[in-house]
This record gives sequence, structure tokens and C-alpha cells, in this order.
Amino acid sequence: MRAPTGQDIAAGDVLLSVENVSLAFGGVKAVTGVSFDIRKGEIRAIIGPNGAGKTSMLNIINGFYHPQHGRIAFKGKARARMRPYDAARGGIARTFQNVALFKGMTALDNIMAGRTLKMRRGFLWQLIRLGPALAEEVEHRHRVEEIIDFLKIQSIRKIQVGKLPYGLQKRVELGRALAMEPDLLLLDEPMAGMNLEEKEDMSRFILDVNDYYGTTIALIEHDMGVVMDLSERVLVLDHGVKIADGTPAEVQADQAVIDAYLGLSH
Amino acid sequence: MLGPILETLIGGLLTGVLYSLVALGFVLIFKASGVFNFAQGAMVLFAALSFARLSEFMPLVVAFALSVLIMIALAYAIEFLVLRHLVNQDGIILFMATLGIAYFLEGFGQTVWGSDIYKISLGLPHNPIFILESVFPGGLLIDPSELIAAVICAAMVLVLAIFFQVTRVGRALRAVADDHQAAQSVGIPLNQIWLMVWAVAGIVALVAGMMWGAKLGVQFSLSLIALKALPVLILGGFTSIPGAIVGGLIIGAGEKLAEVVLAPVLIRAFDLAGGGIENWFAYVLALVFLLFRPQGLFGERIIERV
Repeated sequence: MRAPTGQDIAAGDVLLSVENVSLAFGGVKAVTGVSFDIRKGEIRAIIGPNGAGKTSMLNIINGFYHPQHGRIAFKGKARARMRPYDAARGGIARTFQNVALFKGMTALDNIMAGRTLKMRRGFLWQLIRLGPALAEEVEHRHRVEEIIDFLKIQSIRKIQVGKLPYGLQKRVELGRALAMEPDLLLLDEPMAGMNLEEKEDMSRFILDVNDYYGTTIALIEHDMGVVMDLSERVLVLDHGVKIADGTPAEVQADQAVIDAYLGLSH
Repeated sequence: MLGPILETLIGGLLTGVLYSLVALGFVLIFKASGVFNFAQGAMVLFAALSFARLSEFMPLVVAFALSVLIMIALAYAIEFLVLRHLVNQDGIILFMATLGIAYFLEGFGQTVWGSDIYKISLGLPHNPIFILESVFPGGLLIDPSELIAAVICAAMVLVLAIFFQVTRVGRALRAVADDHQAAQSVGIPLNQIWLMVWAVAGIVALVAGMMWGAKLGVQFSLSLIALKALPVLILGGFTSIPGAIVGGLIIGAGEKLAEVVLAPVLIRAFDLAGGGIENWFAYVLALVFLLFRPQGLFGERIIERV
């Protein structure tokens, strides 16, 4: 049984809704009573000071963490405890704050790994790399080469990713997520540790992905300029609580947001 | 002089194949989790005990089939009770878990099957055969049971090598070993991979345990053979199946030859007693490799960008 493909949800409709979600680790509250939604086709930013619960939110969405309270619906379907594997099958891809690539593998193999779930033949069938399975491998390789062209990383595809500079590693990681052809792409600080030029490149890729593939994107970012340029709507978290949600301009003018960033005493 | 050396070499190589088989079990789990599975030796012992005791009541083939099922069930239990709770933990945590599994298995095996020395009789011929009698006076002596064991091991190694090199499962294994979270996020079924690898490692342990058990008897010291696999792995590289084979052969042949060739030199030149070279040779060789080629003959070069 496959999850709905997301094709039936029109652009602008709610793709993911998070209602009153709370997550605590023992006595530490990571996220408290947060509600928001992500609409199909948009670029949604999640911002907030360090420790605001941004990454926890992404981990909840793709099934690494299981909230104690609240309801999450993806493509209109509320879900119970979801494993990361199910999230990936459902069409959620992500990148990580500290690049999480398969370091010993080449850039090409890393991106090919992103095709795991697109292989039509079951996992055991893939073991036999003959006939139809081989034809399928060629087809997937073709899709992967398209992504490599798209991200302009042709020259590094046979290099072990552990040897690549940080900026390029982030690009390969984006490529691996894109190879999954996701309905929802989660990017955890895609521009952390980059210089200005790399940031501009990455911004362009994110916009192009949204434009060209129509992928819905939720991203966490600290660089305010980038957030304001890229995103249509911004969710602001502070100490695990939602303090603002709106267009970049609205959020920027919000007194609670200004206080949170300037470190007003609570 | 050449005759005895050749004879030693052949004997060493045949033993080496058995080392390879034990090392192979380590390589499989290392490939899929980046962790040295301390419990591999205990698995060899446990599997051999199961087979030895079962074969007392039933034909060998049935005992073998049942033992395979036991090792698969064991892999399932390890995955379900231990591994799946340790996803995203550091390698050292997984390693500690395998340490726990090792001690549990050693004790549990004795609880279930008893702690005496048991014999495994595979019905292999034991009368020595002589080859190349026309070339060397008296010919070269070969133990046919060792020869058969070596052939079985070689076949097993070949099947596994093909399975992992030719198929796409290799990519998934490496992905899982490199980064659990990332592997899960692209939809690689972590639990299935671990279950499969531990089951295969269990079956490899069973074959290794049967061969060693037939040679030495099934007893506690069988779990210590795993320690000989360590230098084999250092030589061959922890992630390489061909490495485990070549490493095993080099260690097996090397230690036997050292005994024959090096001992007389030590005795004559330094007036040493000259015994026990077989006990330390493999480890000294491993030490030399650690100094000059830490990734082993076939291992992946460790890269760390600082």
C-alpha cells in the first residue's frame, strides 16, 4: 500500500499540518503546543534563537522524534507513530544541520542512495542485478545524472564526499534528498558555515528546486537576509513555543520576535 | 629442505582458510555497522555447541538445518532486543553492546547445551594422503579433512563475496555503516539490513564453528579463535571480504613458516629456546601493519577532513 502521491493536493492547499504538538525529553520541554501548517508549493522558513526547538520540529516531521501530544497530518492523513522509513516512503526528504553524508562513498553513490525507495523491485529483488533490475539501475542513474547537472556538481561525482569542501558536501546532500523526488523537502540550516558566494549559490538552488520541480520546502536558517529573500511565510519559535507566524515583513515587525532575538528577559 | 617447507606452507594455508572464515563474520558486521563485533567468537562457540549437541540425536543434515534456524533466530533476537534501541548511538556504544552479547552468549550456550567438551564428527576422512611423491622424497603429507574443510570454506567465502560485490546490497550496507540517520532518512530499512547481516554472520559462525569443532573439539576455547581473527582483519582491512581471505592465508601460512624457518635462526643466532612463535607471530605482523598501513591491504582509506 503506497501513501497518496500528493499529486491530488493543489498548490496552496495544506500539505502538512501540525496541531498543538508537544515534545519533551524527560523534564526538558523541546517543543510546547506548537501549531502551524505548510502549504503545497511554498517555501516555509522556521527561525528562532538557539535551542528554540527548530531542529526538534524537523525531527518530529520526519519521524526521528515522536511527540507526546498533538496531531500531525501529512497530505490530509493524520498519522500515528511514524518511523523515518515511513516518512521517507510518504515523500518527506531532508538534509541535516551537520552534513550527514555517507562519507566513504562517492558523490554519485550518495545521490544514488537517495533512489533506494524509487526502485520498483523490492529490496530482495534488487539483490539480483540482472535483466530488469539492471535496466532499472540504468534508468535511475539517468535521473541521478539530471540532478547532478542541475546542481552543477559534474566534476566531483566520482570523488569520495569526505574529501570535498563543506559547501560542496551540502550540495551533494541536497542532491541526495532531491533524488528521492520528495513532496516535502526539509532543509536544516542549508547555508550554515558557508561564505557569501556559496550562500548565494545555495539560495539559487533552493529557489530553482521550488520553481522547477515544484517541491514544497521547509527550511531552518539563521541568516535573516536569506530567510527574507527565500521564504513566503516564516514561523518563529522561541524556547519551544511559537511566538509569531506570518510573512517575512510581518514577522520582522513583531515585537515578540524582536524581543526574542535581542534577548529581552522573560 | 624445500619439501618440508612446502608441506608446512600447505598446512598453514589450509589453517589460514579457517581463519578467513572466522574473520569473514567480523567483516560482515563491520561493513553494516562500522563496529567490531566482539561477540563473533561467542557466536562461533554457541553455533558449534548447538550443532554438536543436536547432532547427537539426529542426522547431520537435520542438525545443520536446525542450527541455521537457531542462528537466524538469534540474529532476530539481537536485532529486536539490542540493536534497534541503539540507532544513532556512537560506534563505541554498539561495541559495548556486542561485548555484553558475547558474555551472555558464552554463558547461555553452556546453560542450554552444557559445558563439557563435545565432539563433532563430520565423517571426513582422516588418513593422511601424500602428493607429489615423484618430486619430493616421501611426498608431501596432507590431512584430507583439512583439505575438505578448506574447500568448504573457500566455497562459502566465494558465495558471500559474490553476494556482496555483485549485488546492490553493498551500497546500502555502507550507507548504514556511515550514518544511521541519513540512511533512515533516504528510506534504507536499517532493521532489515542489520537482521540480514547478523543472520549471515551467524551462519558463517556456524560453519566456522563446525570446522574448528571437528578439528579441536567443541569447548570454551573455541571463542578465543576470534582473537586470531583480529590480526587477520588488521592485515586484510576491516571492510574487505577479499581482505579477510588474503589476510587469513597470510597469517595461517606465515605463522607456520615462522615456526619452521625463523625458530632455527633464533636458536642458532641468539641461543633462544625458539618455541611458541605461532602464538605471537600473527600479532607482531599486525602491529607492523598498523604502523605502516593502518587501513590494511584492501581496506578503505580512512579520510577525515579537519
